[in-house]
Amino acid sequence: MRARRSIGRGGRRRVRRGGPAAALRAAAVALALGLPGAAWAATTTPLDYLSGAGEKTNAITPLLWFLIWVSIAVVVIIGGLVLVGALLRRARRSSPAEVPPERTRSGLSWITIGVGLSTIALLVATVWTVSTSAAINEPDEPYGLTLAITGHQWWWEVEYRGDTPSETFETANEIHIPVGVPVRIELRTADVIHSFWVPALTGKTDLIPNITNVTWIEADHAGVYRGQCTEYCGRQHAHMGLVVYADEPQAFEAWRQDQLAPAATPDAELQVGLAAFTIRCGACHTVRGTAAGGQLGPDLSHLASRSTIAAATLPNTIGHLSGWIADPQGVKPGNLMPRLDLMGTELDAIRTYLLSLT
Amino acid sequence: MSEQVLSEGRLPVGSVGKRASGWWGMLCLIATEAALFGYLLFSYYYLALQGGGVSFPPAELPKFALSGPNTAILIASSVAVWWGERGVKSGNRARLVIGLLIGLVLGAVFIGIQFLEWSNKNFTLSSTAYGSLYFTITGFHMAHVAAGLVGLALMAIWGGLGYFDDVRHAPISIGAVYWHFVDVVWLTVFFTLYVTPYFW
Amino acid sequence: MSAVEYERAPVIADGGFETPAAERLEKIWETAPGIRGWLSTVDHKKIGIRYIVTAFVFLVIGGIEALVMRVQLASPNNTLLTPEAYNELFSTHGMTMIFLYASPILSGFSNYLFPLVLGSRDMAFPRVNALSYWIYLAAGIFLYSSFALGHGPNDGWFNYPPYASREYNPGPNIDYYSLGMILLGISTTVGAANFVVTLIRARCPGMSINRLPILVWGTVTVSVANLIAVPCVSLAFFLLWLDRNYGTHFFTESGGQPLLWQHLFWIFAHPWVYVIVLPAMGMVSDGLPVFCRRPLVGYTPVVLGTITTMVLGFGVWMHHMFAVGVPFVSTSFFSAASFVITIPSAVAVFAWVATIWTGRPVFTSAFLYFASFIAMFVIGGVSGVMTASVAADLQLTDTYFVVAHLHYVLIGINVFAVLGALHFWFPKMTGRLMDERLGRWAFWIIFIGFNLAFLPMHLTGLFGMPRRIYTYPEGFGWGALNMVTSVGSFLFAIGVLLYLVNVFRSLRSGARAGSDPWGAPTLEWATTSPPPPYNFPVIPKVASRHPLWEKQLGEGIGESSVRRGLLLDHGREIPGTSGLDGDPDVILKMPGDTYVPFLLAVALAAGFVGLLLQLWWLIGLSVIGCTAAVIAWLWPRAALGQRADRDRARARGTVA
Repeated sequence: MRARRSIGRGGRRRVRRGGPAAALRAAAVALALGLPGAAWAATTTPLDYLSGAGEKTNAITPLLWFLIWVSIAVVVIIGGLVLVGALLRRARRSSPAEVPPERTRSGLSWITIGVGLSTIALLVATVWTVSTSAAINEPDEPYGLTLAITGHQWWWEVEYRGDTPSETFETANEIHIPVGVPVRIELRTADVIHSFWVPALTGKTDLIPNITNVTWIEADHAGVYRGQCTEYCGRQHAHMGLVVYADEPQAFEAWRQDQLAPAATPDAELQVGLAAFTIRCGACHTVRGTAAGGQLGPDLSHLASRSTIAAATLPNTIGHLSGWIADPQGVKPGNLMPRLDLMGTELDAIRTYLLSLT
Repeated sequence: MSEQVLSEGRLPVGSVGKRASGWWGMLCLIATEAALFGYLLFSYYYLALQGGGVSFPPAELPKFALSGPNTAILIASSVAVWWGERGVKSGNRARLVIGLLIGLVLGAVFIGIQFLEWSNKNFTLSSTAYGSLYFTITGFHMAHVAAGLVGLALMAIWGGLGYFDDVRHAPISIGAVYWHFVDVVWLTVFFTLYVTPYFW
Repeated sequence: MSAVEYERAPVIADGGFETPAAERLEKIWETAPGIRGWLSTVDHKKIGIRYIVTAFVFLVIGGIEALVMRVQLASPNNTLLTPEAYNELFSTHGMTMIFLYASPILSGFSNYLFPLVLGSRDMAFPRVNALSYWIYLAAGIFLYSSFALGHGPNDGWFNYPPYASREYNPGPNIDYYSLGMILLGISTTVGAANFVVTLIRARCPGMSINRLPILVWGTVTVSVANLIAVPCVSLAFFLLWLDRNYGTHFFTESGGQPLLWQHLFWIFAHPWVYVIVLPAMGMVSDGLPVFCRRPLVGYTPVVLGTITTMVLGFGVWMHHMFAVGVPFVSTSFFSAASFVITIPSAVAVFAWVATIWTGRPVFTSAFLYFASFIAMFVIGGVSGVMTASVAADLQLTDTYFVVAHLHYVLIGINVFAVLGALHFWFPKMTGRLMDERLGRWAFWIIFIGFNLAFLPMHLTGLFGMPRRIYTYPEGFGWGALNMVTSVGSFLFAIGVLLYLVNVFRSLRSGARAGSDPWGAPTLEWATTSPPPPYNFPVIPKVASRHPLWEKQLGEGIGESSVRRGLLLDHGREIPGTSGLDGDPDVILKMPGDTYVPFLLAVALAAGFVGLLLQLWWLIGLSVIGCTAAVIAWLWPRAALGQRADRDRARARGTVA
């Protein structure tokens, strides 16, 4: 049975950038910092944006590196000038009063040359920035998929828009997209301001009440990409992450079909769990195909297919899932899922049922 | 030890005209309060243009029946104060005090009519963004008028007590320019709240 | 009733600190001893020192808040702090540093120095000076009482609704923050007016505008900006308070827009970041040349750069809002403007570098701070340039990269300048020198600690660590970097502690300083250390930018005169001078010590407490109290030359 073999499709994969990108990053850092640095940098940094994996970030990352290198150069040059100048020109006296003041040269050429060079660098940066902004404003090809994401304190509601209602489904916190297809994302919020960010694929876009912002992403190779809310939204802003899977088109379609289907009909063993779930959790959570239809929390119809829970705070394992539903306040203090003191057989039954929702 | 009288000439002493520090201080106050009203009106235009499902103004266009004459009354009060200030510059105490008192009365009438207009509105501070803006903007202006009335009263008292003459009357100039500023602010508020809706 | 004379020919005399005239001036200008003097003084030097001391207290408090946060963040999944506690800490830390430390400290130096460097005896508005301090103190207490009662601000220093609105933030936290900020804004505004009018009207003869110290240019520039910008944030907080308490709809629902808050806030707050650095840059522009033994390279470009930076600073606010979803034409404009604003700052940087290269630097502690300031400025500046690029900023914003940037500009530009400036002007203020050896130790520990804490933070940000998170998980590459930052921050704190030890020890037993221990060029060094209450026995007359260096530099038209000038001893008097050239055109009568500013500040603060607690009787009392105080303040007084002389008017037929 699928539930026992693995927890979620991505459960075996660690949440980390795909192979080629990590090597590229390590190489870049190796150039900068030498081998020790590369070894260190090759540790996991799933939220870094020093290398991109998408159409947008492929345009942004070179500009970012240009700015980094120019910045480092400027700091080294001017810091060096201060240090060298001070040491070269130093008057070794204990008090300045012992050195008579004099105006030797006007020194104005320092300003004209320095400001002139700075202006050239700034001009290049400006032009490159504006052209990059224009380039990433919209994709080159038409959109192949539309998502409507609604931010909540402290989770992500994701609706996959199909052409008809029967092609539309909801999930939460974990997004799958097909590689090489521009995906349009509409962003709304149900409460306060949030911000949508998947560093490998796109810069940030805020979710603002009464406004629908639009962004887009397109992955250029398969992989797993971490995201995060990046506008302070209250107590559990720290734990409002998301995960994006870029799948090869066939794998994506298979996933989509799975998600479209209502939840698997539980066998006799799981009926107890379903009953307990409906009573205890159904007021806030929906499982399609059952009586549980709550709208306050994430849709759990295919919870077991996700690699993380609690908005990418915990891996979706038996232990973590038990801990989460038994004591959500312990994991994310202040979040809106109350502690229901689920224990013993009731806890087991609900957990077993949830693990069946592939 | 060796003290020598300045041969170049004499300097005026004290608060004289635009050499008084208070004059420049009042200009700073006017600059900052003008900025305040600028931001209030910015908020009005911003929320008006953003929509958000609320129309600006709600339902009916603002009427000029009360606000028109009220504007004229405020302008007249500025004229009266200006006339009074001219009086003190020629050493005429009576004209000063009369001008200030006329300005004071007209200003009080302005506030009274404004309250009447407020009570006639069929929306409140908390109905919609428009209601919040309308009462807050006119309320801020009224508060400035009220402060100006206290100032006019004080100036009338001081004038009556004979504190000023043709050379020393800095408080009058300072208070008068504040009053004229309040008048100009009303013109911008009036234009924004009452005139622009006809162009939306 | 006698009014003061309408005009007179002021006496020119030879000045000296021991003469009968000086004794007369001492009695005229001195403050009463004890608590009476403490509550009623209008002496700008005392007020300036008060500002500096109070701001340092807030610096230390804000620093402790930071250290607690750094303990929490030193390792992943730490549980020292609850989310609520952390959120209040980071918000209060930001509010404290940006509003209760960074601007008041610079006001303190400017307050102390303006009349001295301008060659006068007081600011244009001595009573307003006292008032601005008392309101600042009251606002600081008001704001901190919220934190002490467990209701500190908890939505960050920029406080976005809807999270700041009543629905999501039901407690009084944001009401405290809103009202406290409005109260503080009154202090800032009246103080700004004082600096502006002092510059326009209260200089010494010959102090034309091209002879002003850069500190004066910096402070007056930001004061003009404050007059325009502060009402914006005061209004924003007032509208938020109305939304929270009276159901208005400025920011949420029924037509209200959260983005209106962001615009109003950032239209103020971007200019504010220049308010808290331009005067500090001015202090370095004035202090560095002293230790390089030559005038500042490029005085005029630096002045123009200061003004240009401030003006452009009003046109870039949306770079704090690049992610809100406005069209890319809009963001491109603000991005370009944000690049352009770098240029006037570059002018200052190269002016400082050139001053070192064409001067003879002497390595005092002050010089170490001023020189390293240049490097810190550049690091903060380049990280700022990176965020100016909208495409890059959409990755960088709201990560620790921005936190690194803002600490380099705030600590690097403001704090380093302040620490150097205190070394520089400490002897003038206290008559004693700070210890140089301890000063160097403190400097190096501060320098190393600061850079250890914040340089790696750029990498933390590039690795994607978001801002304002109370904890973070393992496996993101942030653990080691955060530990380094935490260690560095404690080292930095130790350095600051050593610096304060130096201050206290030197106050008690530092080497005595004469009037000019550094061989400096400007007027404050022409009087005793500390100066007498009347600053100068006669009003100086200046003929150049560097009056005390004229002989050595061989410059100026004619010669500055410090030993001989206007006596002005018919009570508290200063010359009023005309706009551009500094020609005296009136003798201004200055008010003496009075309790009214203190009482007005108390009445005002009481009113704000009333608003917070919705106590109408208290609000009413406050209105009455404030009105009475203002009337007492403004009542025309004969001694100040505000009243007509009736006999004279009758004689001339101009009775009024």
